Amino acid sequence: MRADLRVIEPWVEANTQVLDLGCGDGTLLAYLRDKKKVLGYGLENGAKQINSCIEKGVNVVERDLDKQGLSNFADKQFDTVIMTQALQAVRRPDVMLDEMMRLGRQGIVTFPNFGYWRCRHYLLWHGKMPMSKSLPHTWYNTPNIHLCTFKDFEALCRQKNIKVLNRTVVDANFEQSRFALMWPNLFAEFAVYRIARY
Amino acid sequence: MSNASVEQSSTEHSVGVIEPKTIHFDQPLELVCGKTLQQYELVYETYGELNADRSNAILICHALSGDHHAAGYYSDDDSKAGWWDSCIGPGKPVDTNHFYVVSLNNLGGCGGSTGPNTINPETGKLYGPDFPIVTVKDWVESQARLANKLSIQTWAAVVGGSLGGMQALTWSLSYPERIKHAVVIASTPKLTAQNIAFNEISRKAITSDPAFHEGHYYDHNTVPVKGLMLARMIGHITYLSDVAMGEKFGRDLKTNEFNFGYGVEFEVESYLNYQGKRFSKTFDANTYLLMTRVLDYFDPAADAEGSLEKALEKSTCGYLVVSFSTDWRFSPERSEQLVSAMVKAGKPVSYAEIDSPFGHDAFLIPTERYMAIFSAYMGRIAEEVGAKKEVNPNAR
Repeated sequence: MRADLRVIEPWVEANTQVLDLGCGDGTLLAYLRDKKKVLGYGLENGAKQINSCIEKGVNVVERDLDKQGLSNFADKQFDTVIMTQALQAVRRPDVMLDEMMRLGRQGIVTFPNFGYWRCRHYLLWHGKMPMSKSLPHTWYNTPNIHLCTFKDFEALCRQKNIKVLNRTVVDANFEQSRFALMWPNLFAEFAVYRIARY
Repeated sequence: MSNASVEQSSTEHSVGVIEPKTIHFDQPLELVCGKTLQQYELVYETYGELNADRSNAILICHALSGDHHAAGYYSDDDSKAGWWDSCIGPGKPVDTNHFYVVSLNNLGGCGGSTGPNTINPETGKLYGPDFPIVTVKDWVESQARLANKLSIQTWAAVVGGSLGGMQALTWSLSYPERIKHAVVIASTPKLTAQNIAFNEISRKAITSDPAFHEGHYYDHNTVPVKGLMLARMIGHITYLSDVAMGEKFGRDLKTNEFNFGYGVEFEVESYLNYQGKRFSKTFDANTYLLMTRVLDYFDPAADAEGSLEKALEKSTCGYLVVSFSTDWRFSPERSEQLVSAMVKAGKPVSYAEIDSPFGHDAFLIPTERYMAIFSAYMGRIAEEVGAKKEVNPNAR
């Protein structure tokens, strides 16, 4: 089981409606459907991923989030809007956050922490843009065009009057380590945020 | 279709030689227009086998110029397969190893079902222009009666492209309890002004042909060939894309030089003339007029205060909606509008926009991604209704 699913599942109420932005192969939505009986929709623009969703019986709508946006959906149409490991890949993460808060009662966001000590170490030591297992791309072809740290993200949330309801910080294996809990912005590789507008 | 693919599909991936059947209906059918068909006949074909609990039936709905002959051949040396043979058959998206497939010619068609070119039992003469204007809703009603006769209570799916997709959508609204899935391909929730305008040109082409005789051309032993041909030529342009026409014909000339006249000089002219001529020999002009009106009138939202979302409220089925990038007749935006309404109404739906150069006609052409999506969705249905049989590994 994908480790982030375990963290996300308790935050999603049973029998509710969920929108997953950049839903990939539909693993999360299939899991939430089977475990929580949610009515889920995924938005995705990868052909292979869309096919995988359909094979799983997951509702998937082909859409390019950057080009087409989310204006076709109504305010508070969903209970939960999820974006796993994709916020850093959209053209305007700030606008996307606003849209998530417009469409859903709550949002769940995960992203890689650029303040993670290995990233800092890589840049300091090599003087080059960090690459790792979770950030495997070179600077010129990476889909991750808006990397940020936990501090950056939380500052943006404050600025936008978005409240962080929960935050689970994890290491590279999505385990909760003591160090990550003590100094998350330095020792946690990923975070799963549950957010809502005030 | 190339000869090679005919050969391939005529063997292991074909439903084989098919014989159409006819059912007579005595129960009068009240039409939306207010008129009543006292009795009528429907011609249909079936492919595959109905399973024991009758849960694996698929209804195929045809588009403007289609008919009941969706797959297979009429004889061993028949070179022309049914119009959707690319998608129906063993191992194809609508897999006849799993599904029992029903395909009919709709009322008002000219493929043998009751329509303008059949005898009106009340007068003993051909209906001609007196055949009442039917609507998609009327068709669905007649299809439901066909289902009753075939003892099919619930369709595993109703599937169609273009005007066929409109029937699939209407099924989900008229008989939500009798349909598990609707597959709506290259379709639209309603025609745009531009769509209606093109239809009107087609109609004018036919009705202004001196051989039309107000629709009574049968009595004059003639056919409005020129009008029908023109209508088809206009229609054909809207089915293709600029890209597809450019690739197929470019500015190629039939001879190597201009003749400085108004004869057929460019390959594209020759092609359109050929298509028009061929069509005018096989299709009925009154049916063509009728079909364009069926398209014009289609607007399920109109019955729900203009709200598509509201119209969808009663629906209980799953939807697959597919559009094609270069389709400018029913563009991807039209499908997206439908999908957004489905999501707003909280209905299960999946949607894909297939990148294809073939315009509106793309729904008939088995391109790779289209087949993958279509197969994945139908495969899921087969599992759901318990229709998936063990496939003999030696069969492939």
